[in-house]
Amino acid sequence: MAGTLTFSPDDRFHAFLTTCRKTEYGDGPLCGIPVAVKDNISTKGIETTCASKILKGYIPPYDAHVVQLVRGAGAAVVGKTNMDEFGMGTTTENSAFGPTLNPWDDGRVPGGSSGGSAAAVASGMVPMALGTDTGGSIRCPAAFCGIVGLKPTYGRVSRYGLIAYANSLEQIGPMADSVANVSKLFSVIAGHDPRDSTSCARPYAHEPSADIQGLKIGIPNEYFGTGVDPSVADVVRKAIRRLEELGATTVPCSIPSMEYALAAYYVTCTSEASSNLARFDGIRYGPAADSKKAWHEAYREVRKAGFGPEVRRRILLGTFALSSGYYGKYYAKAQVARANVRADFLRILESVDVIVGPTMPTIAFRLAEKSDPLSMYLSDILTVPANLAGIPAISVPCGKSDGMPVGLQIMGRHFEDERVIDVAYAYEQAVSA
Amino acid sequence: MSGDQVIVGLEVHCQLDTKSKLFCGCSTDYRSDGPNTHVCEVCLGLPGSMPVLNKKAIEYAMRVAKALSCEVLEESEFSRKNYFYPDLDKAYQITQYDKPLAEKGVLEIEGDGGTKKVRITRIHVEEDPGRLVHMGNAERGRYSLVDYNRAGIPLIEIVTEPDMRSPKEARKFLNKLRATLEYLGVFDSEKEGSLRVDANISIKGSERVEVKNITSYKGVEKALTFEVTRQKNLIRRGQPIERETRHFLEARGITQSARSKEQEHDYRYFPEPDLRPLQVRSWLTGIVLPELPDARRERFVQQYGCSENHARTLTGELRLANFFEQVVAPDPAGLSAVAATWVADTLIGELNYRSMSIDRLKPAAFTGVLRLLKTGEITDKSGIEVLRIMLDQRLKGEACETAEEIVARLHLAKTSGDDEALRAAVREAIGQNKKAVADYRAGKAGASNFIVGQVMKMTRGRADPGELNRLIAEELQKGG
Repeated sequence: MAGTLTFSPDDRFHAFLTTCRKTEYGDGPLCGIPVAVKDNISTKGIETTCASKILKGYIPPYDAHVVQLVRGAGAAVVGKTNMDEFGMGTTTENSAFGPTLNPWDDGRVPGGSSGGSAAAVASGMVPMALGTDTGGSIRCPAAFCGIVGLKPTYGRVSRYGLIAYANSLEQIGPMADSVANVSKLFSVIAGHDPRDSTSCARPYAHEPSADIQGLKIGIPNEYFGTGVDPSVADVVRKAIRRLEELGATTVPCSIPSMEYALAAYYVTCTSEASSNLARFDGIRYGPAADSKKAWHEAYREVRKAGFGPEVRRRILLGTFALSSGYYGKYYAKAQVARANVRADFLRILESVDVIVGPTMPTIAFRLAEKSDPLSMYLSDILTVPANLAGIPAISVPCGKSDGMPVGLQIMGRHFEDERVIDVAYAYEQAVSA
Repeated sequence: MSGDQVIVGLEVHCQLDTKSKLFCGCSTDYRSDGPNTHVCEVCLGLPGSMPVLNKKAIEYAMRVAKALSCEVLEESEFSRKNYFYPDLDKAYQITQYDKPLAEKGVLEIEGDGGTKKVRITRIHVEEDPGRLVHMGNAERGRYSLVDYNRAGIPLIEIVTEPDMRSPKEARKFLNKLRATLEYLGVFDSEKEGSLRVDANISIKGSERVEVKNITSYKGVEKALTFEVTRQKNLIRRGQPIERETRHFLEARGITQSARSKEQEHDYRYFPEPDLRPLQVRSWLTGIVLPELPDARRERFVQQYGCSENHARTLTGELRLANFFEQVVAPDPAGLSAVAATWVADTLIGELNYRSMSIDRLKPAAFTGVLRLLKTGEITDKSGIEVLRIMLDQRLKGEACETAEEIVARLHLAKTSGDDEALRAAVREAIGQNKKAVADYRAGKAGASNFIVGQVMKMTRGRADPGELNRLIAEELQKGG
């Protein structure tokens, strides 16, 4: 039954940038469920800033496809969640409006860039939320906050209305307090949308099954190598043993192209970002450009004042990578490396059903712990391959290290989101039993 | 002459005449509407919007590719051309770069030295940016307004090899291209701003200059003629020709060096990640080309007995060719000859003089004039008068009379031999021009022409010249 939902949470972790006190909802599979939406997903009539000053005051005149679907399914869109500005970060500290705190330890980050959505779910304010994942932005905060997050197969969910950071890598995906709720939200948002030419007619109508008898799991060396915290690795190994107890078999494997994955990822995403973010010029929306100045001066001022340091850094990197004389050296090479990563994953996935490892190499960082950008970039090493390959990947909580949640990452073949959900479900059911 | 060889290549941008824009459903019929009324989140480049390719635009471009005998690439793709400018809402233009739709075609033109094949380098499809409207004048503009109605209109870019050897050949190429695109039903040259041309021009052995911003057919010839003179003068003075971009200032008929800063663009092309690669080569087999200008010209010669020249002129523009065929349709055998002359030699000039589209004149109205001419009811001179009145009435939006009505109202019917009024006019002319009469009597050839002229003046051209000569001779002899 349709109705109105009153939403006035105690947002002490600063998960939300905008909350809607009263929200009407309709009938449907998500009837009356409060759903939080990451602030880079366009919501008609609700300010959408990507946590950037440059979009302050921007109220989209249209709903993103997923928002239409979620509303159509009866959910109450209760607010917009904090994030790293334009999705550029791994901690949600790069928000122009202040960081989100980790509900497990408010001295730590919730992960990013969908940190607001993760914290909103982890703190119990909402049972489910929409996030976006360009290089781990759903899975990292899911792991850090102890919730479930799915990065769907590229093309399975329409990106229409998602304010693009890196179009060829990112997907909108469900984040929730349980695999069942991830599955439920995913069944609403998956499917073809004629307005997104990269979306596919692969709807999702699946009830999670905990039966993984006979499942073949690939365990890549690289996911337990240097940089991965030994205690995190231990927690994940224990979880894998649990999957074996449930009837799965494991095979060690290797992904040689992982060596180039981070470089390929950062060149690709910054290149696309440099182009995507060029439209923010103060002419049509956001803080206005000074019309008394020559247009290029006005642009420069608006962009300098409007973008945070990490966004400026990535725009500069991407602009450089695409420049004439450097394109072949960086962008074109990154695409070759990307194709190799994809080929490696597909090759391994011919002989195993899923690939499993930690979601993040460590537990959630302390606030301001990662001060230099490079060490922050390195922490994405285990999540970016799935984006480069376009394959589905889910993070499910699998225990604690140092009192903080650890995420188990399960990656599968293209359009086998059902299978990674089943594996996560089997694990979740086994440990909660 | 040697060493003065002119070399011209063109980049022609034409708006494809689709109903909706290239990447969204907005209507392309924006010219009579207010600014920013044909826009949506896609063509405004609002955050989160994504392009969806208009298949019709690609089908139109494929027709052009086929008509120009191009090779269509197995796989082509869209790329982003990144640059900042207020008319470009996304700060990049979706265009095609290293994988265009088609390559290696040819268009045959009537060149300076006979028939000539101009090679087509490539054809690609891209979106038009919006339009800036500067308030105030160019030097001290107060501000500029942006109209995004045009943003996202599909453009086809056709690039030629440097195969033209004079500004005139460049114009001929453009005319032929225009006709071909119109025959294909993909382009309407009469829509304002539907054509933009960049021309590369050099004198053999010297650097190449790019002239941008040419927006008319005449403008191409004018801009290039200016450049030929400028470059030849530089060579004559022993000065180097710089490789540069110049803008054509249509109103002044000159080209002007673009500031060097504008040439330093690095467009940072990369494949558009929101669109899939295009694999449309197989569409070629499904495209049935209509009759194209060359075929129609030959048919006009065969079917209507037109001269080569008339046939070329008449088929050189789709509207003209259609008009001609509609005009003669009621009586092809009787009207073809007179129609060819009257459309090609008279009507075009009268329309150009008025900057009027042929669409404004109904073929049946013109047929009415031709019938009167054909039956000898009016003289050629009266025919022109009737035509001018018809055109002016349409131009001013007045009530339109038929040819017969105009003739009746102004008494333009041709006088005949037994017309006493004409005989009276002849007598009057003879009476008033004693000197001419004396000259005639003295056997001076041409003296009677003067009297003919006088009578024509008095009868406002209605007199049949043959009849008139006979009457004058008769009257002069009487007097003698």
